[in-house]
Amino acid sequence: MPEKPIAVAMSGGVDSSTVAALLRREGKPLVGMTMQLWNQRRLPEVNKEGATGRCCSIDDVYDARYVAEQLGIPYYVVNFEKRFEEQVVEPFIDEYLAGRTPIPCTLCNNFIKFDQFLELAEGLGADTVATGHYARIRYDTPSGRYQLLRAADSAKDQTYFLWGLTQQQMAHTQFPLGHMTKPQVRELAKELDVPVAKKPDSQEICFVPTGDYAAFIEAYRKEKGIPTETTRGDIVDTEGKKRGEHNGVHHFTVGQRKGLGIAAGEPLYVIATRPAEQLVIIGRSEDLLRRELTAKQVNWISVAHLDAPLRVQVKIRNKHEAAPATAFPVDGEPARVRIVFDEPQRAVTPGQAAVLYDGELVVAGGWIE
Amino acid sequence: MQSRAYFDHNATTPLAGEVAAAFTAALRDVYGNASSIHQEGQAAKRTLERARREIAALVGAGPKEIVLLSGGTEANNLALSACSPGTHVVTTAVEHPAVLGPCARLEQAGVAVTYVAPARNGGVPIEAVRDALRPETSLISVMHANNETGVVQPVAEIGALARERGIRFHIDGVQAAGKLPIDVQALGCDYYSLSAHKLYAPKGVGALYVRPGAPLHAQLLGGHQERDRRAGTENVPAVAAFGAAARLALANHHDNLRLAELRDRLETGILSSIPDAWVNGAGAHRLPNTTNIGFAGVEGEAMVIALDLRGFAVSSGSACSSGAVEPSHVLLAMGLSREDARSSLRFSLGQSNTTEQVDALIEAVAASITQLRRVSATYSHA
Repeated sequence: MPEKPIAVAMSGGVDSSTVAALLRREGKPLVGMTMQLWNQRRLPEVNKEGATGRCCSIDDVYDARYVAEQLGIPYYVVNFEKRFEEQVVEPFIDEYLAGRTPIPCTLCNNFIKFDQFLELAEGLGADTVATGHYARIRYDTPSGRYQLLRAADSAKDQTYFLWGLTQQQMAHTQFPLGHMTKPQVRELAKELDVPVAKKPDSQEICFVPTGDYAAFIEAYRKEKGIPTETTRGDIVDTEGKKRGEHNGVHHFTVGQRKGLGIAAGEPLYVIATRPAEQLVIIGRSEDLLRRELTAKQVNWISVAHLDAPLRVQVKIRNKHEAAPATAFPVDGEPARVRIVFDEPQRAVTPGQAAVLYDGELVVAGGWIE
Repeated sequence: MQSRAYFDHNATTPLAGEVAAAFTAALRDVYGNASSIHQEGQAAKRTLERARREIAALVGAGPKEIVLLSGGTEANNLALSACSPGTHVVTTAVEHPAVLGPCARLEQAGVAVTYVAPARNGGVPIEAVRDALRPETSLISVMHANNETGVVQPVAEIGALARERGIRFHIDGVQAAGKLPIDVQALGCDYYSLSAHKLYAPKGVGALYVRPGAPLHAQLLGGHQERDRRAGTENVPAVAAFGAAARLALANHHDNLRLAELRDRLETGILSSIPDAWVNGAGAHRLPNTTNIGFAGVEGEAMVIALDLRGFAVSSGSACSSGAVEPSHVLLAMGLSREDARSSLRFSLGQSNTTEQVDALIEAVAASITQLRRVSATYSHA
């Protein structure tokens, strides 16, 4: 093979279809691939017809195949269902049942899209993978490191989900949309006759299109023959006083206000869950405020490690605005970092990611303990 | 344009020249409805019956015993639908989905089904079939040869057993036709399924041999075609093509001895140049054109793509509705782990393949395996 092809991850959506079209215009040899991650026929009770955001449907594959055909590039569907279930779905469920609020998209990026998919692409003789993610990668000569930067379209920026990228992975990855705005992408997609009209942006976690995680977890465990024993327990306030009862801690996440079923003079929120004791702890809005957090399994991106306190901005969930903070190294543990915010932050949630920025640059990311 | 070599003849075959000629001639000239009284209708009927005789000859049957259908899947469905609720069916775990699907439906309708497991080499032991029989067993359904491994089942022995017990016997012969001699009398079967497109004829046409007196429940109603066994205006051009293909197959158009030599050359070449590879079904009686080879630490799916990009068409497992590959139920039933089943590739040779293509394929397989193993997380490089 003369020039090594680029493997394009094609979901059938506007973004990845546009990536394929863009690279094709540049005359690059391409191989289009759709990752089959989850069998939508499983768990019919939680996959209601018409739910948006579902991935891996026959319709998506149809659309991706159509785009590949329009572009005249080879196209294949690859089955990653087993790996996805083991590395994404099961950890998601375990985390939820352990009272944390996981981010499956990051697990999928870390263990599927930039791991198994990249491995397959290299095995097929491709040198690089390209995806429709909104983020930028560049090589920084002074530091000798690949850098991850926020997307040009800040509203679409996906760096919060991409902090797990290793230097090796970034060396073989392209995000052609990182420099474009969503309207520009839509305009280009229109030119290319990509089927866009019927495609809303996916919002929910792809394998739980209804957004009802508790129902998904129960249905999955039922299919596996594991009864989700009713973890009925008490709802208590910060003083430990019983305020009500609940039907399972996996129905609750930190910061949640709805579904508590408690009448009170002021709004009450979930402050924490303690699965071991079947406790849901509630409190007032100000009880959710935290000034500090520690993150684990930290992946350092713009720097190789942290030697001294560093001024950063930290994002603790996707919709959160990065807040000024100082990152402190944890003695003898380079994969942990302690974050002290300038101002207390609301709903620091275990299981979510803390992503450290220096302006446009992603410094590092890790899981909130 | 990259040159292509096709090694997936068990999936389907290209049209043979003579078949294409028969097909297009009938398509152009024979437009009558075979049920019509006039000359045009009679011409269609003649074409149909000539082809029926040729198809019957391929399996050693009489023309009245051949029901023309839309393909092998319909043939299997029709044969299995003859079972009555409350009875019992014996089949195997390595059947084609076109048998397993109807069996699942039968189970819902109150027919008990036993799925006999194959031995490690893919062959179904006759003793295991005998042990599965019950007083209420009404049908045995076993494939003549397996589509994925090429393993040939002891159908004549099973036929004798069925005769002895007075049990009806269906053979799915879709992969055997053209590759093995077939004589429905010697096989002792009551039903035998055929598909035209595995014989260098077009898709969308097949047949079921039905022994006189064997029960049959028509699945399509609304016309008297096929002696009330299959309603619907006959697809005369496709049947004409099927007839031509059957004639060619009887005359050894497929050149099975040559294919067996090429297959052996391919197998030996791969096993001698690639470490940690094995043949699924080794030691069993196999079709001359088929080999199924496992490669440790490599996904069959990735191999199919790698070889396709290098100009070779091969297959792995069976594609689901999206086109993604599932691990083969046949290899799993033979006792392979899911990982080993997913690491296997099927090469099925045919009339167009040459020694040069086989040698080029061996090289391409070796190069692809080396590349995939280099990045494989599961292949031990020790």
